[in-house]
Amino acid sequence: MMQFRLEKRPEPSRTVLYAAPLVAVILTMIFGAIIFSVIGYDGVGAVREIFLTPLTNSFKWQDLAIKAAPLIIIGVGLSIAYRANVWNIGAEGQYIMGGLAATWVALATHGMGGAWILPAMMAAGILGGAAYAAIPAFFKTRLNVNEILTSLMLTYASVQLIYYLVRAPWKDPMGMGFPQTRRFAAEALLPNIVPGTIVHAGVPIAIVVALIAWFVMSRSVFGYQMKVVGAAPHAARYGGFSENRTIWLALLVSGALAGFAGALEVSGPFQRMVPGFPTNYGFTAIIVAFLGRLNPLGVIFAGFIMAITFVGGDLAQTTIGLPSAASGIFQSMMLFFLLAGDILVRYRLKRVAPQEARA
Amino acid sequence: MPNRLELSGITKQFPGVLANDNVSFSVKPGEIHALLGENGAGKSTLVKMIYGIMQPDAGEIRWNGEPVTVPNPKAARRLGIGMVFQHFSLFEALTVLENIALGMDAKIPSRALEARIREVMQTYGLALDPHRTVATLSVGERQRIEIVRALLLNPSLLIMDEPTSVLTPQEVEQLFAVLRQLAAEGCSILYISHKLHEIKALCDTATILRGGRKVDTCDPRQETSRSMAEKMIGTGLKDIVRAEKSGFGEPKLVVNRLSTRRTGHFDVPVDGISFTVRAGEILGIAGVAGNGQNALLDALSGEIRGDDREAITIDGLGIGQMGTTERRRHGLCAVPEERNGHAAVSDFTLSDNSVLTARDRLGMVMMGLINSGAARTYTGKVIADFAVKALGPAATAGSLSGGNLQKYIMGREILQKPSVLVVSQPTWGVDAGAAAAIHQALVDLAAAGSAIVVISQDLDELRALCDTLAVINMGRLSETRPVKEFSVEEIGLLMGGVHGAVEAA
Repeated sequence: MMQFRLEKRPEPSRTVLYAAPLVAVILTMIFGAIIFSVIGYDGVGAVREIFLTPLTNSFKWQDLAIKAAPLIIIGVGLSIAYRANVWNIGAEGQYIMGGLAATWVALATHGMGGAWILPAMMAAGILGGAAYAAIPAFFKTRLNVNEILTSLMLTYASVQLIYYLVRAPWKDPMGMGFPQTRRFAAEALLPNIVPGTIVHAGVPIAIVVALIAWFVMSRSVFGYQMKVVGAAPHAARYGGFSENRTIWLALLVSGALAGFAGALEVSGPFQRMVPGFPTNYGFTAIIVAFLGRLNPLGVIFAGFIMAITFVGGDLAQTTIGLPSAASGIFQSMMLFFLLAGDILVRYRLKRVAPQEARA
Repeated sequence: MPNRLELSGITKQFPGVLANDNVSFSVKPGEIHALLGENGAGKSTLVKMIYGIMQPDAGEIRWNGEPVTVPNPKAARRLGIGMVFQHFSLFEALTVLENIALGMDAKIPSRALEARIREVMQTYGLALDPHRTVATLSVGERQRIEIVRALLLNPSLLIMDEPTSVLTPQEVEQLFAVLRQLAAEGCSILYISHKLHEIKALCDTATILRGGRKVDTCDPRQETSRSMAEKMIGTGLKDIVRAEKSGFGEPKLVVNRLSTRRTGHFDVPVDGISFTVRAGEILGIAGVAGNGQNALLDALSGEIRGDDREAITIDGLGIGQMGTTERRRHGLCAVPEERNGHAAVSDFTLSDNSVLTARDRLGMVMMGLINSGAARTYTGKVIADFAVKALGPAATAGSLSGGNLQKYIMGREILQKPSVLVVSQPTWGVDAGAAAAIHQALVDLAAAGSAIVVISQDLDELRALCDTLAVINMGRLSETRPVKEFSVEEIGLLMGGVHGAVEAA
C-alpha cells in the first residue's frame, strides 16, 4: 500500500493559500450533508437551504448585506490583530461596549436634535470598544497575562452589563416593563441607503473600512509593524519595533473596529439596546478573519460567506426544522477544514514506499 | 580486512537540488577520515544517510564488507555507528547522568549506568561530574556528554559533525587526544569539518565534496591548507586586500562600563564592559559561545536599552538610552548572529527585509507610507554588489541558502555606510567564497573610515580580519590589544578563563 508523508515546500504555495478557503467551503457542504443525513435530517436539503437559497432568493440579499457588514468591520480589525499574533478573542465584548457607548450618547441626547448626534454615537462606539480592548492590552504588556483569556472573559462581563443597564438605569419608562431602552430618536438612527429595503449606511461603510485597512496594511509602516511582529518578534525588535507598542496598537485597532460595528448595529437594525444585542458577531468574525486569509480584501468575501450561513441557518430552521445550532456547526466545520487545509500551504503530500515510511 | 564503511554511488535528490551525486569512498578500521566541504556541499546529507536519518535514492552502503540498509538511527547504533551532532540535544535543567540515561536505547539501572559512564570517562580522560546540572557546564563540557553518550555503545565508527566550532584551542587539543586514542583502539572516525589546519593535524585521509559530488580523496598531510581549500571551492582563493594603514583616526565608538540585566534563566548578561574603537579600526571580540556575546550585541544595537546615556557614545554623543531606530539614525548598524527570525524574516521578501533596517537611513518612508520602489531598488543594489544568489528582490529570505542570506544581510547593513558597524558571527555557516567576500567588504568599510566590531567564535577569522582583539568570558571583557600581540595560547586561556577558575574553586 502506498503511504503519504508531509514534505516541506521550498516556498509557501500561493495557490493553496487562496484555494484553501474555497476547498473548506466545499468540504463543509459535503460533510454537512452527510452529518445531517446521518442524524436524521434532510442533509442535502439543509446544505441547499443554508448555502444556496440565500443567494438564489433575491429577497434575502438585503439580509445578507446587513449581516455581512458588522462581520466585515469586526473581521477587518481582527485580521490586523492576528497578523501581529495578538489573539483578541473578545471582539464580542468590544462590540457590546461599542453598542453601549453609542446607546449612552443616544439616550443622553434624546430630544436634542442635530446632525452631530450620529457621528458622536459612532465616535463613542469606537472609543468604547477600544477602551474595553485596552484592558487586555494593559495586563498583557504589564503582567504578561494571556490576552486570549482576559479578552474572552471580559465578553461575559459586558453581557452582564447590558442586562443590568436595560433592566435598571436605562430601562424605557414607557416600555411596559420590557427590559430594553427606549427607541432612539430619529437623529440617532442610521439612515437607510436603498429605499424600500433594510440596507443601512453600515454596509457601504464596511466596504470602505476594509479598503482603507487593506491600503494601510499593505503600504504603511503600521501594517509592516503588525506583520513583522507577528512573523518574527525577534527580528521586529531588531528592526526597531516595540512589541508592547504593537500589542497596544493591535488591541486598540481591533477593539475600536468592533466597537464601531456595535455602534452601527445599535443605531441601525436594533434602533435601541436590548438584552438580545449580543449576536455572536464578534465570535463569528474570528472565522471571517481566518477565512479571509487575514487580508482585509479577503475579509469582505469571507464576511458575505458567513452571512450566507447565518441567513441560510434561519431559513433552514423554518423550512426543514433544523435546530438553530446548525449554522454554528457549519461555521465551525468551515474553520476546521480551513485550518487543517492550511498545512498544505507550507507542506505538500509526497507518496513514499511503505518501508521507508516506517523509518 | 574489509573496510569498516564503504559507500558506493550514493545519490540523494531533494526538491530542486541534488544533495549527493554518486558519492563513493571508504573508511578503514582505525582510520580518522575527514569529510571536507563548504556549506551546502552535501556533507550533512551524506552522514545523515549513514546514520539512518535519511535514505539514499540510489547507491550502496557496505558495513564491514556486508551491504546494509540503515532504516533509522537506532539501527545505526545497533550496527556500531555513533554520532556526535553539532547541535547538542541536552536538557539544561537535568544532570549529566539523567541526560545520558534519557538517550539510551536500552534501559539500564542508574547505578550501573553511572559506573559505566565513570569507566568511559576514566579510559578517555573525559573529566566530568555525572551529577552536575548541564546548565552549569561550558560548551566543551557539554560536548563531552555527547561523546560519552556515543562511546557507551562501544561504537566501531564515530561520526563527529563540526565538533570544534564551539571549543577553545585547549579544548580542541583535548578532543583530538580522545579521538586519536579511539582510533588507536580500532574505532574509525568520520570527521566533518571545514577547518583545514585541524584536518591536517588530525586526519589520515580526507574526502572533499563540492556541490554534492566527490572531488578528491587525498592525504591531508601531503596537501597544503590552500590546495585543499581550492579543491573545496573549485577556484583559486582570494586573499583579503588591505590598503596600507597609517594608523587609526579619532575614537568613534566608546563603550564605558556597559552592563545588562539578566533576562532569561540561563542567559549571560554583560558586566561592566569598556572598549574603544577608532575610525578605520576593526576590533575583534573572541569568546566561546554563551559568554555574553548575545547580550553585548543587543546592548550595542539598542535591542536592550540601557539606563546610562554615556555608557555608549558615537563621536562623543551619548546613545546609551536610545532604541535601535535612533541609533541607526546616528550611524550605528548591527548584524546579530541568528539570521532567520532575527537579522531577517524568512517569510518576507528581500525587499521587505530591507525595509526592516534601512527604512530610515535610506528614506524608504514618506508620511508613514513605505516607498516600496525605493526598497526594491536598494535590494537590487545589495544583490548585485554582494553577488547574492537570489531570484531578485521579490524572493523570500527563506528561499536563500545560509551563505547567500548572510551576504544579503551584510550587504544591507554595509551599503547603508554606517559609521559604526557591530556584527556577530559574520561568516557563521557561510562557505569560504562568501566568507572571503564578506571579510573584504568589512575591510573596505573600515578603510572608508568606519569603526567595526566583529564578535566571533572563529579565531582564524578574527586573526585574519581584525586590528585589535579582546576576549569575552562570562560577560566580562579582557583588555583590548593589537591582535598581533596575542598568541593563540593566550587567547585560549582568556576564553576559558573564568570557567577554569570556577571549576578549581
